[in-house]
Amino acid sequence: MELQGIGIGQGVVVGRVVRMPDPMPDPVAAPSALTPAEEGDRVAKALGAVAADLLARAARAGGMAGEVLEAQSMMAEDPSLVDDVTLRLAAGATAERAVFEAFAAFRDMLTELGGYMAERAGDLDDVSQRVVARLRGVSAPGVPDRGHPFILVARDLAPADTATLDLSQVLGLITLDGGPTSHTAILAREKSIVAIVRTNGAAGLADGDEVILDAANNLVITSPSAEQLSEAHARVAARAARALAPVSPGRLADGTPIPLLSNLGSADGAAAAVALGAEGVGLFRTEFLFLDAVTAPTVAEQRTEYERMLRAFPGKKVVVRALDAGADKPLAFLNDAREDNPALGLRGLRALRASEQILRDQLEALAQADAATDAELWVMAPMVATVEETRYFVALARELGLRTAGVMVEIPAAALLADRILRHADFASIGTNDLTQYTLAADRLLGSVAAFQDPWNPAVLRLVAEVGAAGAALGKPVGVCGEAAADPLLAVVLVGLGATSLSMSASALADVRATLADFTSAQARLLAELALEAEDAASAREVVTTRAAKFLDSSSRFEPSPTAHPRKVLK
Amino acid sequence: MLERTVLIGSTNGLHARPAKLFSQAAAVAGIPVTLTKTGGKTVNAASILGVISLGIGHGDEVTLAADGDAAETILDELAGLLLIDHDA
Repeated sequence: MELQGIGIGQGVVVGRVVRMPDPMPDPVAAPSALTPAEEGDRVAKALGAVAADLLARAARAGGMAGEVLEAQSMMAEDPSLVDDVTLRLAAGATAERAVFEAFAAFRDMLTELGGYMAERAGDLDDVSQRVVARLRGVSAPGVPDRGHPFILVARDLAPADTATLDLSQVLGLITLDGGPTSHTAILAREKSIVAIVRTNGAAGLADGDEVILDAANNLVITSPSAEQLSEAHARVAARAARALAPVSPGRLADGTPIPLLSNLGSADGAAAAVALGAEGVGLFRTEFLFLDAVTAPTVAEQRTEYERMLRAFPGKKVVVRALDAGADKPLAFLNDAREDNPALGLRGLRALRASEQILRDQLEALAQADAATDAELWVMAPMVATVEETRYFVALARELGLRTAGVMVEIPAAALLADRILRHADFASIGTNDLTQYTLAADRLLGSVAAFQDPWNPAVLRLVAEVGAAGAALGKPVGVCGEAAADPLLAVVLVGLGATSLSMSASALADVRATLADFTSAQARLLAELALEAEDAASAREVVTTRAAKFLDSSSRFEPSPTAHPRKVLK
Repeated sequence: MLERTVLIGSTNGLHARPAKLFSQAAAVAGIPVTLTKTGGKTVNAASILGVISLGIGHGDEVTLAADGDAAETILDELAGLLLIDHDA
């Protein structure tokens, strides 16, 4: 049988399923049959056992994950919590209910504090679940430990789950919920884990089932035949061989260079990206350096981090995005007002402009780092909607001594006026995740509308074509740095629409490099035109896949007629 | 009752890691120690949940208090932990 989902990346893997336990139902608020003293004894034992278990895990995990686990261990035996539980037991509650309510009370308090403290609420929920599981005599929720590698099936993975996930034991991830930009999907891309999200029917998978997880084809095959298994094993081997192929600069079959860059959140991933053939950085997400900060980082602090990144890419391009706070990644010092619609609120450049000193400090730190290193530094503003915003950012960047300043195109308005925006900006970089979210008016973090989040949608591609055409007309580079660039065939289409460079998770570089080399510029333009003419994302993908296969089958690489240019379609 | 009033040194305030280090030290002190955020609540210093729930930021003023013979040494030690920037 085949289950449909949204595959992350191009991998395929064969393995046995282990299910992540579902969260336990809340303990009912019925009076206890035991005395408060007896219940208190049960609680003390359970808290002690959970604290000891968490401490042992902390020692095994080490590093930041170990610190979190150690703090969780302390929360389990926290004196304030024990006092609270004791009061609830005295009122006649069961041990399970008293523990549940006491943790919930502290959780709500942290949530109300907001910001960094609110992020610890999940840690507290996890401890609560562990203690209640212990009281009930069932296995604790969380990622199972089987002693052998498995394919993990979960509703979705919380950041706390992934922090302690032993990657050497996880062959692949299958989730029921979550979209292509969920935490699970991001983790899978970063760590090159074969994954599929929003998988219909995955709830029916049982522990021990053998499955083929085929992310490239958005499928999970249950009870696979011997033939399907041998085919899958052959693909696993072929992909492993491809990954070992020598890395070369990205280019099309006719030799047109398409630089392949990496998306990075800090300099820590730089060496790995270079090893995988990254020709530079197409998106350096600076906000991740500051996510835990309560106040804005100083110029000196920032400069150190930027220099680390720039030093890793001597002579190469590094495109730095100014702090992009708000929506799914709020920063305490930039966004303090609650908004009903944060994705449409004071985020990106809008937030920076409202706190201009933060932007000035960042650009200043970047200019200093640039002067001290040999990389080719480009800076860009996130979430630009208007020509006026473009002029503002470019002028400020120039004032602070930065030579190359551009804008992200994530808002349809910016794509539609790309011809005017690119008169002022030195380059544009298309963020396909947000561009898709705003074009389809579908929250990219919301599972129930995840099906809309498909960059193959011809409406999104038409906007990309607008930017590509404007870039070509003005001789300005147009990059794509959303996850769309990591889908090899879509990458060919994006080049056909006018993208001059592609940036992605380093783990996707090998597949994209190999696929680009199979097609000429003319073929890429023709595939782009076919995608633009489709009615929806699915048919765009299908028609391009079919035609691409024909190109590969025909030994003679014919030149399509000049009418096959996407810009013609737009008039 | 002995008291020490200090300003928080950690760049990101008393969040998980500094709070953990502080509460661990308070827990092994052997005498009850309270932590009060100026203008805010008073909590048991050995309670990491209590400490985190004060929502203490960098530069906030807090007061430590304890009783007994060992109080002076213990308060000095704990105040020292609050002054250090654990995030640096």
